[in-house]
Amino acid sequence: MSIFIDKNTKLVVQGITGRDGSFHTKQMIEYGTQVVAGVTPGKGGQLFEGTVPIFNTVEDAVKATGANTSVIYVPPPFAADAIMEAASSGVQLVVCITEGVPVLDMTRVYPFVKERGVRLLGPNCPGLISPGQSKVGIIPGRICAEGPVGVVSRSGTLTYEIVFQLTRAGIGQTSCVGIGGDPINGTNFIDCLMAFEKDPHTKAIAMMGEIGGTDEQDAAKFIKENMKKPVVGFIAGQTAPPGRRMGHAGAIISGSAGTAAEKIEAFEAAGMGVAKRPIDFVDLIKARLK
Amino acid sequence: MNLHEYQAKEILRRFGVAIPPGEVATTPAQAEALAVKFGTAVMVKAQVHAGGRGKAGGVKFCKTPADAKEKATAILGMKIKGLTVEKVLVTVAADIGSEAYVGIIVDRASKKPVFMVSAAGGIDIEEVAAKTPEKIKYHPVDVRYGLQTYEAMQLGFFLYSDVKLARAAAKVMQQLYAAFIATGCSLAEINPLVVTPQGEILAVDGKMVVDDNELDRRPDIEALRDESSEEQSEVDARKHSLTFIKLEGNVGCVVNGAGLAMATMDLVKYYGGEPANFLDIGGSSNPEKVVNALRIITEDPNVKAILFNIFGGITRTDDVANGIVTATKANPLKVPLVIRLTGTNEELAMKILTENGFAASSDMDEAVRHVVAIVKGEKAA
Repeated sequence: MSIFIDKNTKLVVQGITGRDGSFHTKQMIEYGTQVVAGVTPGKGGQLFEGTVPIFNTVEDAVKATGANTSVIYVPPPFAADAIMEAASSGVQLVVCITEGVPVLDMTRVYPFVKERGVRLLGPNCPGLISPGQSKVGIIPGRICAEGPVGVVSRSGTLTYEIVFQLTRAGIGQTSCVGIGGDPINGTNFIDCLMAFEKDPHTKAIAMMGEIGGTDEQDAAKFIKENMKKPVVGFIAGQTAPPGRRMGHAGAIISGSAGTAAEKIEAFEAAGMGVAKRPIDFVDLIKARLK
Repeated sequence: MNLHEYQAKEILRRFGVAIPPGEVATTPAQAEALAVKFGTAVMVKAQVHAGGRGKAGGVKFCKTPADAKEKATAILGMKIKGLTVEKVLVTVAADIGSEAYVGIIVDRASKKPVFMVSAAGGIDIEEVAAKTPEKIKYHPVDVRYGLQTYEAMQLGFFLYSDVKLARAAAKVMQQLYAAFIATGCSLAEINPLVVTPQGEILAVDGKMVVDDNELDRRPDIEALRDESSEEQSEVDARKHSLTFIKLEGNVGCVVNGAGLAMATMDLVKYYGGEPANFLDIGGSSNPEKVVNALRIITEDPNVKAILFNIFGGITRTDDVANGIVTATKANPLKVPLVIRLTGTNEELAMKILTENGFAASSDMDEAVRHVVAIVKGEKAA
């Protein structure tokens, strides 16, 4: 089993004829994802790689193919509109890979998506994969394997690193979800933890956070109060210099500087396993699967 | 991108916020001339992208033009948090009755711009937040409607009980909000917002941080970037689409992806080394990026060894290998290089490296231990 996507996922790719969109669509098809449609305005009626029908709008694509999930590879200036288009077209899940979406755009997009009851993953995320069933996004399929561990992470390549180390040690995954590192994203750690807690095949969870914000502390509190399954956490950025980006307001609003030390402390207080190095996930997860 | 105080004030003025007259000087003589022109006591304020300017001695009250010249002489060239002061703002000194804080930030938790206002403004606002949080009012704004008048009035009455002052403050809130949205900010602050003994409301200091993702569609704001006030290696890196932050250690790091880059630095530290930098070559692969990354890192004389840690997803490891070969042929390295790469086209990358006399590992932990052992002199390169 898995969370958010499985073998019944029918995918529409927004920006299918672009450089990144076309490359990753081929990879997703090769992995076994049901890519049922693509969208590029003006190219409706054509076929991608001779097999996938292209439509002018997401609405047309959903009506014709029954797509239930969308993935977005359009450039940043068009990403907010692409997300809203997808959310209005009847899909249940929208995955936005695009990096560089202005945060004020997201302040408009987020309530729009929520009001329509649609799940958004990202933006600025690697997407997700349910090994052996479906992948949506850019996570390399060959580093994953089927198994009992749920993976959720704020970063991209660090996720690959840890998933790869688990797979090499013979530990497979139910789903690996990259939630993205932007200040406003559609799906957070708690959304994923809740889904993993409900998924009968997930036996343990690996969670990778970063410095900044309080999402990891909130997740730790949620784990302590609501979860029975074991969670192992890691925080990247222990040696990062204190942020030069935010003035007074950043620290005032969260009541926290979002340092690695604060987050690790929150993990420990929640009784979670704490990986000090990426490689530590292997032994910590193994011990919790016994 | 951070804006200087004088730039933020110019923007706020355009949106109608009352701000004491002021202009920028780059020499003590200019500062003196401005003080003569204003014909009153002035403040001379260092323009650098660092907090705590006042506490560092970068903000001074000057009674006379001669005084302004003397203070500007001291402040220009001074270092604040490692940044050299190249410009000062000379501004009419306001009579201060009371000081309030008004700020807007994009809040991760509510996913909205949130106003924060407090009647206890000034330089110790963080302490107010920590010790007496009830003195700060938070108000999230739905960007689809904007800040409504009644909301601005609620904020105004939180600061002042006098209706005239509350109305004037409410107007400032709406002007600040309009400037925040129009400039593509992630943060905008007026601290302090001053009421003069005559009952006038004035913004005495302003700060704006623009979301970097907004700059492509706002060339007028991008044009305000002051490269002289940034670390030169960071400016160089940005021009080549690299994210680089210089640090104090001696292990140069080249990594793809911010999370993996931070985890690599952490692991260097874990094994007893000190990272010399954060460097993310980003997702798309391009040998040219590797060439620039190596050049920027080797310009730092502290670097004693360089570590590559590449996990190829979108990044093709053979592109990285080609970049390493090209860069080192043009400019032979004077320090040892430890390479870890795995993922897309790994076999090809290993072949390219081996043929050119480089060793490479596919294991992150092993590579980090190796590079730390080299800088500690425990292991030959």
